[in-house]
Amino acid sequence: MSDLTTTNTGAADGDHGHHGHDGATAGEHAEHAEHTELVLPNGRPAPAPLPHEPRRADIDPTAAKRAERQVSIMFTLAILLFLLFVVAYAAVDKTTVIALPAIGTMSASNLTLGVTFGLAIFLIGAGAIHWAKKLMPDVEVVQLRHDLVSEPQDRAEALEIFDAGAVDSGFGQRRIIRRTLIAAMALFPIPLVVILRDLWVTPPDSPTPSALLKETIWTKGERIVTDGSYQPIRPEDIPVGGLVNVVPASLLEVEETEGNLNARAKASSIIVRMRPEEIRSQQGGTPEEPWDYQGILVFSKICTHVGCPISLYQKRTHQLLCPCHQSTFDLADSAKVVFGPAARPMPQLAVTVDSEGYLVARGDFQSHIGPSFWEQGS
Amino acid sequence: MSTVVKAGGTVVDYVDQRLGIAQFMKRSLNKVFPDHWSFMLGEIALYSFIVLLLSGTYLTLWFKPSMTEIIYDGSYLPLNGIKMSESFASTLNISFDVRGGLLMRQIHHWAALFFMVAITVHLLRVFFTGAFRKPREFNWAIGAGLLTLGILEGFAGYSLPDDLLSGTGLRIAQGIVLSIPIVGTWAQFLLFGGEFPGVDFIPRLYTVHVLLIPGIFLALISAHLMMVWHQKHTQYPGPGRTEKNVVGFPLLPVYMAKAGGFFFIVFGVTTLLAGLVTINPIWAFGPYTPDQISAGSQPDWYMGWLDGAVRLTPNWEWNIGAYSISWNVFLPTVVLPGIIFTLLGVYPWIEKWATGDNREHNLLDRPRNAPTRTAIGVMAISFYGMLWISGGNDILATTFGLSINTITYTLRVAIFIVPALAFMITKRICLSLQRRDREKLLHGIESGNILRTPEGEFIEIHTPLPAKDRAKILAKVDHVPIAIESGVDENGVARPLRSIKGAQARFSRWYYGDNVALPSPEELAAAEAHAAHELHDHGSVLEDFKNLEMTSEPVLHSPAIGGHQSNSHQH
Repeated sequence: MSDLTTTNTGAADGDHGHHGHDGATAGEHAEHAEHTELVLPNGRPAPAPLPHEPRRADIDPTAAKRAERQVSIMFTLAILLFLLFVVAYAAVDKTTVIALPAIGTMSASNLTLGVTFGLAIFLIGAGAIHWAKKLMPDVEVVQLRHDLVSEPQDRAEALEIFDAGAVDSGFGQRRIIRRTLIAAMALFPIPLVVILRDLWVTPPDSPTPSALLKETIWTKGERIVTDGSYQPIRPEDIPVGGLVNVVPASLLEVEETEGNLNARAKASSIIVRMRPEEIRSQQGGTPEEPWDYQGILVFSKICTHVGCPISLYQKRTHQLLCPCHQSTFDLADSAKVVFGPAARPMPQLAVTVDSEGYLVARGDFQSHIGPSFWEQGS
Repeated sequence: MSTVVKAGGTVVDYVDQRLGIAQFMKRSLNKVFPDHWSFMLGEIALYSFIVLLLSGTYLTLWFKPSMTEIIYDGSYLPLNGIKMSESFASTLNISFDVRGGLLMRQIHHWAALFFMVAITVHLLRVFFTGAFRKPREFNWAIGAGLLTLGILEGFAGYSLPDDLLSGTGLRIAQGIVLSIPIVGTWAQFLLFGGEFPGVDFIPRLYTVHVLLIPGIFLALISAHLMMVWHQKHTQYPGPGRTEKNVVGFPLLPVYMAKAGGFFFIVFGVTTLLAGLVTINPIWAFGPYTPDQISAGSQPDWYMGWLDGAVRLTPNWEWNIGAYSISWNVFLPTVVLPGIIFTLLGVYPWIEKWATGDNREHNLLDRPRNAPTRTAIGVMAISFYGMLWISGGNDILATTFGLSINTITYTLRVAIFIVPALAFMITKRICLSLQRRDREKLLHGIESGNILRTPEGEFIEIHTPLPAKDRAKILAKVDHVPIAIESGVDENGVARPLRSIKGAQARFSRWYYGDNVALPSPEELAAAEAHAAHELHDHGSVLEDFKNLEMTSEPVLHSPAIGGHQSNSHQH
């Protein structure tokens, strides 16, 4: 396509008249524009156009015939490919997968349909362009641009009509009408905006959005179960250095009744275990009642930056790395941010074991999980 | 007259009697369009848009925009029995159970990528050639709007299947909305119909994606094209081209065949690619769940720079009393794009303020002849490039075994230094190219042939510039910066608005101050006289030399390339 840059300017040789381009309105068409009179914006005379050089097909009938044949062959191939497409649609099994060199595995149906259809339309395009380039006139035509600005008289008349209309309407004089109309129009969008309020239908107990963002379904005594298999966990199941994805035991039931993933999006957590002496600080607790249980720490899995779930954990450094924007948290030091764009530590969940020796939460998170928001501190 | 042509005439007659279209046809069918490869970039965008409308319509026939959780039961066995949203299940259905469905999905996705590439490169072409100048400022602003909408539309589109990758994107979008001060929390609840992810967002996004934005697109694209039509296309300087004319090919038949054919080429290439290369294999990502993610997640290319900006921004968060502003999210995702797209949209008026230029421009600038503009453009590209690289900082780290922290810290500095360097270097290069143009006008091109005269003097033969190149160079306009007015007028009274005028003059000098002027007509004449003189002095030797050169290339006389012989030695 790069050779569309033909710049044979042949306007002055006057041989394009017989192609039928002389029908434009007066002033828009420069049949025999005299270039010597024209100047460039820098005041210099515009260089004269170059003479037109004929193409092979213009002077050699065999070349023209050949080009005609090439174009029609492309169109004929397109016809065949369209028919082949229908055959492929009916004949190729949709579940068949084939492996191709350099392309990999691909649905046989997708491949055959795409190649036949794509090649067919490509050939229509290639044929049309080949036709235009080889056989249609390639003599460049010159047209004059008309001034975009209106004639002074038209302008004056238009302004006159506008002024007359404005005066006739009385918009200028009748101040009370004007002011009340402007006020009414200013209020026009109100119903359209107000109706949008119920894009979120507030639940019967009418909580505020910020209150909802601050609570999860973790409660005191709630068992911590593995994500996926929903098995309760004993402290001895977690090796030092290990990481387990966990959820509250009640999650399945909540998801069943609510029919959405909202509870999961907030309650998802991770368990890590380190030697108790490796823990430098925690987000809460007392020496008698620390938030960990024998080095078992539970944190939210949802990044405090923009909410990606995190489980890239390096046990040697106790660092947790978010795969989305690389915020890094030191889980041995209150999950403080040590690198990246996150501003708040990953919230910690206080844990203990219940009477049967399974890990349980000692309440909800003390700080809200997930991204920051305007009312988070209130 | 062939029967086909006659039939066409009958149709025209029938329609004209009812709508009177002959007048319009007369004016339009022989409308001239200038030809240049770079004018096809906008065409690619337009044709990709048509392909998007077509393929998108097919997808709506089978896609179910619903977040209701169901158990999948279909042809893709690895996910059988897995819980997923209806959106995801219907996308699997389109990919594996509807024959040609995967083809339409892949055509749609490839076309979306081409659309954004074409818009971006088209915008760069228009910027660097100054095609946005008067009278085309409105069309530039519409174009900037189309680019912005395109990014939003693309994001909305790839978020619909509700796969693990796109769901993560929506999760980030939720975090971005939450970061908006004061209204963010409520805005998020209204958009998502409650907490994330809820069940409302994808159906709502679907309406935005298939109705709202395409409707605005159609209106803006129509306006964009009508303006191009009405104002006539710009053209590059060259022989026979001036501000007042347009040199090219008529709509009927040449442009219709070329542009129409090009639509099929774009459609054909997109379809071939969709048949051969898998894109967005959502079945490999799996259904979305808010507690899972895959490492190395990357958005589509046109979102990468925003993701990079998020990665680069330090963890700034303000807590003022009970309220918080998360600059770490709000700054790179709302403030930064807001500033960038506003500056982009109003650029023609900024430049106009600097130049004070109120003339119409139909001849395009060569980028070197607007060094400050070109430098601003390259600066913007390098800024974008730095953000884009940041968007892949994890990929860089794992690919080259580098520390992610080092990469990020380096990029935080580079984002300021590299664009500044790019600006300075580009401006220097432009000015050097101007200097070279001036040299070429005055002395011609070095032919590489050294001549020894009978006196023993060595001279290099310079050949005059080909007419085409000469015309291109001579079209340059040597702008003069706005002069700084004195603070008082001729009566000694202080001028109002002096400081604004002064700032404008300084801005203008910054913009236009560096320029290598074209040789004056007198200088050109003197150079020509000098060349003629040289020719006279060494004329006989030069003639001998030319003959020698001719005979040293016997291949030129070979009949195999006969047609080209006559003009191969014009110099």
